[in-house]
Amino acid sequence: MKSKVFFRHVKDSLRSLRRNGWMSVAAVSAVTVTLLLVGIFMALIFNLHHISQQVENDVQVRVYIDKKTTVKQRDELKNKLKKLDHVNKVTYRSRQQELDTIIGGYGSQWRMFSGDQNPLSDVYMVKTTSPKATITVSKEAQKLDHVVDASYGGRTAKKLFNSVDLAQKWGLGFTILLLFVAVFLINNTIRITILSRSDEIRIMRLVGATNSYIRWPFLLEGAWTGLFGAILPIIVVDVGYAVVYHSFSMANGASGYSLYANMPFLFWLDLMLAGIGIVIGALGSVISMRRFLKF
Amino acid sequence: MIQMENVTKQYANGVTAIKDVNLEIQDGEFVYVIGPSGAGKSTLVKMLYHELMPTSGTIKIDSFDFSTMKPAEVPFLRRHIGIVFQDFKLLPRLTVYENVAYAMQVIEAPDAEIKDRVLEVLGLVGLEQKLRRFPDELSGGEQQRVSVARAIVNKPKVLIADEPTGNLDPQTSDEIVDILERINANSTTVIMATHNKDIVNERQHRLLEIAGGRLVRDEEGGTYGNEE
Ligand SMILES: Nc1ncnc2c1ncn2[C@@H]1O[C@H](COP(=O)(O)OP(=O)(O)OP(=O)(O)O)[C@@H](O)[C@H]1O
Ligand SMILES: [Mg+2]
Repeated sequence: MKSKVFFRHVKDSLRSLRRNGWMSVAAVSAVTVTLLLVGIFMALIFNLHHISQQVENDVQVRVYIDKKTTVKQRDELKNKLKKLDHVNKVTYRSRQQELDTIIGGYGSQWRMFSGDQNPLSDVYMVKTTSPKATITVSKEAQKLDHVVDASYGGRTAKKLFNSVDLAQKWGLGFTILLLFVAVFLINNTIRITILSRSDEIRIMRLVGATNSYIRWPFLLEGAWTGLFGAILPIIVVDVGYAVVYHSFSMANGASGYSLYANMPFLFWLDLMLAGIGIVIGALGSVISMRRFLKF
Repeated sequence: MIQMENVTKQYANGVTAIKDVNLEIQDGEFVYVIGPSGAGKSTLVKMLYHELMPTSGTIKIDSFDFSTMKPAEVPFLRRHIGIVFQDFKLLPRLTVYENVAYAMQVIEAPDAEIKDRVLEVLGLVGLEQKLRRFPDELSGGEQQRVSVARAIVNKPKVLIADEPTGNLDPQTSDEIVDILERINANSTTVIMATHNKDIVNERQHRLLEIAGGRLVRDEEGGTYGNEE
């Protein structure tokens, strides 16, 4: 196809979209509603997956050191920890460092616990070779001298992990259901607009238009419908996500779990919404008009 | 050349609208198809542009043999033929200008050429003042003239007009037939279905008369009415 002809199709499709008035509005709205839901659920599912991945990959054991331990005893403890099976790396964090993390996550009111007021213990962060090993390593560590307690991420995360898993399954099921509804809804709306235009298609054929010449503007019109329908969901999802991301990091900064950062996550999500809109719109048009282009 | 051999058309409801018609029309002829309402005139011409397929018999127009023609060739047959429809068949969402231009756009004519030619034919049918109107903003006669303009815009080899003067006053009718005759003078074959007696009698051309689906008269320069 010559580029001039293609350009004409693009122009014609926009003109047709404009002149179809409320029909176009109805079709764009159908896309908007579904993409809004799809966008929200995609953001949810991707992040649930992201967090569950973080939980799974949590290979750290926190070993709390008795406050009365001397520097020498502490170094000995470090060597003993290193000698345990499945231990990769042992790093020391002073209680001041621990407190700073909390201040970073929960706010400056915790600052009053600085210095001698600090109720926290010094810790050794023990990295294990696998998530599973955290359980045995923490048990072994608890038996060592000068250890007050040892906890693995999994213990507190286990519950979270279970609920994430459940939510993910439900979310996935719901999204698939949603996409079915979307395709049905959009396909129907487009079918109605095209049905009302079957006469138009017949006339185009009578004045010598080939099927592909007729199909292009309709296909492009569907694509525009999808693209325009994606605008509002993109704005809502972007703004909403930024807000959620902010409050989530405020609340969960200390736990170490995080959502996908706004960028590039939102960029890909937006691209996906626009892409889904365009594909659903264009496909809906082509499928709906197929029967009118038969002989 | 247009050829029909033993053409019969039966509609799905059992009505046989055309019965065993044989005819031949040479390049450059001007032919009237006449007959009372319901005689089968529209059915006959619809078969010529492949909107209807004959139930039996063969139809050939120039290099198009309908019995062997593939569906993908139909648009090219339609570009070979200009058609004025009894019910106009204008695209409702396109303006007068755009409707006529559409017929040139489908053959991928360049924009500049389209503009000149569309304005020319719309001037010819007297609609140069109403380019931006939509079909539902036009009278029946005006819509009919748009249909005529669209049919002639590509200078077709064959022009089929089904009642092109059906909604027009005598003077405008005369103007339209003038246009058809002028096109015919440029070697386009014109086939015009009509029951306009005045025109048929004043501007004599070959006459095909249909009655009850049969071709009952084929006469050069025949007139209407002497048998009724
Ligand atoms: N789609 C159709 N289905 C069934 N019967 C039809 C159909 N179209 C036309 N007919 C019948 O076929 C016969 C011929 O109709 P046709 O339209 O060819 O007549 P015509 O000569 O063009 O009439 P007019 O001068 O009123 O336009 C009529 O009896 C009509 O009722
Ligand atoms: Mg008729």
